[in-house]
Amino acid sequence: MISDATIADHGLTADEYQRVIVILGREPNLTELGIFSVMWSEHCSYKSSRVHLQTLPTEGPRVLQGPGENAGAVDIGDGLAAVFKIESHNHPSFIEPCQGAATGVGGIVRDIFTMGARPIALLNSLRFGSLDDPKTRQIVSGVVAGIAGYGNSIGIPTVGGEMGFDETYAGNPLVNVFCLGVAEADALILGRAEGTGNAVYYVGAKTGRDGIHGATMASAEFDETTEEKRPNVQVGDPFMEKLLLEACLEVMTTDALVGIQDMGAAGLTCSTCEMGSRGGVGIEIDVARVPQRETGMTPYEIMLSESQERMLFIVKQGREAEVEQIFEKWDLHANKIGAVTDDGLLRVRDRGRTVAEIPNRALAEEGPVYNRPTQHPADLDERKVLDLMTLTPSPSAAEVLVQLLASPQIASKRWVYRQYDHMVRTNTIVPAGMGAGVVRIKGTKRALAFSVDGNGRYCSLDPYQGAMLAVAESARNVACAGGMPVGATNCLNFGNPERPEIMWQFARCVEGIGEACRALSIPITGGNVSFYNETDGVAIQPTPVIGVVGVVDDATHTLGRVFRHEGATVVLLGESRAELGGSEYLKLVHQRVAGEPPMLDLEAEHALQQFLVAVIADGLLESAHDCAEGGRAVTLAECCFESEGIGVDVSLSPIDWNDDLSDELRRAATLFGETASCVVVSVAEAQTADLLSRAREAGVPAQVAGRTGGGRFRLSVDGATAFDYPVAEIERAWADGLASYFEGRVA
Amino acid sequence: MGHTKFAIIVFPGSNCDHDAYYAVTEVLGQEAELVWHKDTDLRGADVVVLPGGFSYGDYLRSGAIARFSPVMKEVAEFANSGGPVLGICNGFQVLLEAGFLPGGMRRNQRLEFICEHVNLRVEQTDTPFTQNASVGQVLRIPIAHGEGNYYASPETIAELETDRRVIFRYTSPDGVVDEAWNVNGSTLAIAGICNEARNVVGLMPHPERACEFAVGSTDGRVILDSVIAALDGVAKAR
Repeated sequence: MISDATIADHGLTADEYQRVIVILGREPNLTELGIFSVMWSEHCSYKSSRVHLQTLPTEGPRVLQGPGENAGAVDIGDGLAAVFKIESHNHPSFIEPCQGAATGVGGIVRDIFTMGARPIALLNSLRFGSLDDPKTRQIVSGVVAGIAGYGNSIGIPTVGGEMGFDETYAGNPLVNVFCLGVAEADALILGRAEGTGNAVYYVGAKTGRDGIHGATMASAEFDETTEEKRPNVQVGDPFMEKLLLEACLEVMTTDALVGIQDMGAAGLTCSTCEMGSRGGVGIEIDVARVPQRETGMTPYEIMLSESQERMLFIVKQGREAEVEQIFEKWDLHANKIGAVTDDGLLRVRDRGRTVAEIPNRALAEEGPVYNRPTQHPADLDERKVLDLMTLTPSPSAAEVLVQLLASPQIASKRWVYRQYDHMVRTNTIVPAGMGAGVVRIKGTKRALAFSVDGNGRYCSLDPYQGAMLAVAESARNVACAGGMPVGATNCLNFGNPERPEIMWQFARCVEGIGEACRALSIPITGGNVSFYNETDGVAIQPTPVIGVVGVVDDATHTLGRVFRHEGATVVLLGESRAELGGSEYLKLVHQRVAGEPPMLDLEAEHALQQFLVAVIADGLLESAHDCAEGGRAVTLAECCFESEGIGVDVSLSPIDWNDDLSDELRRAATLFGETASCVVVSVAEAQTADLLSRAREAGVPAQVAGRTGGGRFRLSVDGATAFDYPVAEIERAWADGLASYFEGRVA
Repeated sequence: MGHTKFAIIVFPGSNCDHDAYYAVTEVLGQEAELVWHKDTDLRGADVVVLPGGFSYGDYLRSGAIARFSPVMKEVAEFANSGGPVLGICNGFQVLLEAGFLPGGMRRNQRLEFICEHVNLRVEQTDTPFTQNASVGQVLRIPIAHGEGNYYASPETIAELETDRRVIFRYTSPDGVVDEAWNVNGSTLAIAGICNEARNVVGLMPHPERACEFAVGSTDGRVILDSVIAALDGVAKAR
């Protein structure tokens, strides 16, 4: 008999427990309760998010695999598929930053190679509290070291990413890792068990007591006892993963394999019942045959362990020896732990004795689904009010620019990506820090461009708008590299969904993502939801992170952010609007998170992206850089950085705005406003007229702003000089802004 | 130019084996074979490359376990008979651990992994891997390592210097040795050395990552072209 306290400890509600009894037709034993609790946890069951996620567009002519498998896949031509997904490892990364982040990399990499794809690139999206806090600096160092330690060891380049800072992430850092792989389009492998009598194999690291209830931990808030959860965090072994990666890809070249799934969250439980459920079959295993790292482990512990670097395979009957031999070559031992049955049940035995018997479908598909109540946050309207007239005078535009460039949010991320091997596999054709990640596909003319983006500040002011802006920005970054966006994955990071105001943020964000993806024709092929990112009742800013993948048809025509030649024409694409809401300027200079985030005209955005891809393919542009945090002034400055000293002389026309506004704020809006769908490009002088006429035809606003050249950053507004600096001087502020928090300091 | 055959040794945990293979075959048009570390046959190769990566996860110490791989006996015989052997990054670490080259590696001075292009000055050109370069030539080649801080006893360092066995150093873009440009804190900015017979060369930077404009530099080609030319010369002399 299971006590109410035990049920509560497993995170199941009374109603959910009743449902378990109905499904089984009896009370569960403790092992079965454990199995239900992890499969029905928020992390595995998506019980709060499912009704919303169903509204996302998931289909398109290129989609080969949508949500529901280990990763999504899109057709990229040449008979190849891009396989990609993003996943969070937020909770473990707060408790143990280095191992938490490292195992986040390990998990997503396994999701990609289980599909039969060789992983070729990693990106990450990170959020932390303020770097003035020594605890945060320690978390940042740990997370970066963890990602580096794992990614570098397995030989997959981390080619870029993004990083943001806000006090709300102090107790809940976000670690979202995106992995991209390439597979033969007709040889994708699914996480599906089939064929009664086929063998169930376990391969990889031994099972220990680490990570038991990791999925349940990721489905609860943090409080002052959180650090006691350290034993719940798994420890990564990248060498084992590298062996698994190579051995699995080798096994997949045979046709002895039926299906494969990695043991991620909820370990052996999740991989068995999900594979069984997808194939409509039963799975019978004996835990006594599972290799164990510790003695005296119970069936409960073995089924719930989240030890890393383990895979589950279904092998065709009679082909076992062939598969075992390949693993032996890599010094890995594949253990047969059970077989596929025809009864649809997950049957767990311990030395022959049945210790659990549950329908696979009930675990994987029939968990509770909640349409949780939503409520517009009471204080939101008030927070959105931004009366510019009440702002105190800010320092001069020149001081603001330097302050923005040196802020960790905007400053160079070199201190981070220098620790990542971003070149291994010799496919990285746009260096890290130069824009979207771009890797060529050897053996073809093509490359893939990809970017991860999200702005929690915008979403905290308007989750619908903020989510649309995230989709648009990610796709725009891909287009700036010459990539035609073909698919997206999302990682949705939120607070406690049981609070109606959080659920409202979530619902609105999903609506925004859906709206933007439909308008831009970018299907969502999968993703991940991370709720309960709150500590002591304070939630993070709602942070949907969108990863967009695009195809560059001619890899020799891809572009980066920086100016390449002196004497090129600088052209601003897109509208200039008077917008300061939610900007980095407001936050940094006026300590305000207020106003409406920038507006977004999805039709104009789509036209801009299509235009960029077309003119880049024709070799018309020399550089392209999206205007984001810090606005036009920061974007123009970034185009000069790392260009080997190419300066710029541009003049912006002032934005029309309310006449009562001070000249200073009008100028601030022109320089630092974060209007969406705006891109700075450079074009050879001789081709400028051609570019402008093509922009006219495409209906994309384009305005010549100035020229590249000289070693200075010169920018004037309405004829009056706003900045006139040697590039080297402001570049130093930007280059040292983030690194100065770490180099020369004792952690 | 003759046709040179490269054997690229694959240890469990090698990551740059495919990069070396691609550079040698697709970029330089030579022949190459990936040789599994349990093999005991170098398949008639003219050059042996120990590639970068994390052999055996770099557990214990970088390169410490790989030296026990069966193939290393063949590599030793090959080297002892004068065959050219190049150890890149982790491959260099294996050569140190296996005693082909003197000294050892400590963690980078800042204790962080570093991946970026560095300036590499060619010190000596009388090795099969530098014969096409000129003394003092500065190459722009990437590094990617956490343990590349070269260290040896003062006696060993003195011997290396006297015997002109320091082959590459980290320098400024103008080829000046300066602590500010000694990226990982190596003793005397040493980035690569050779054995007494000068046929075995180890270096931390990755020439195979610098063979095409598309990936940012072609400066690494001179190292691979050198050995192709050296072997061509041997063939012609026969």
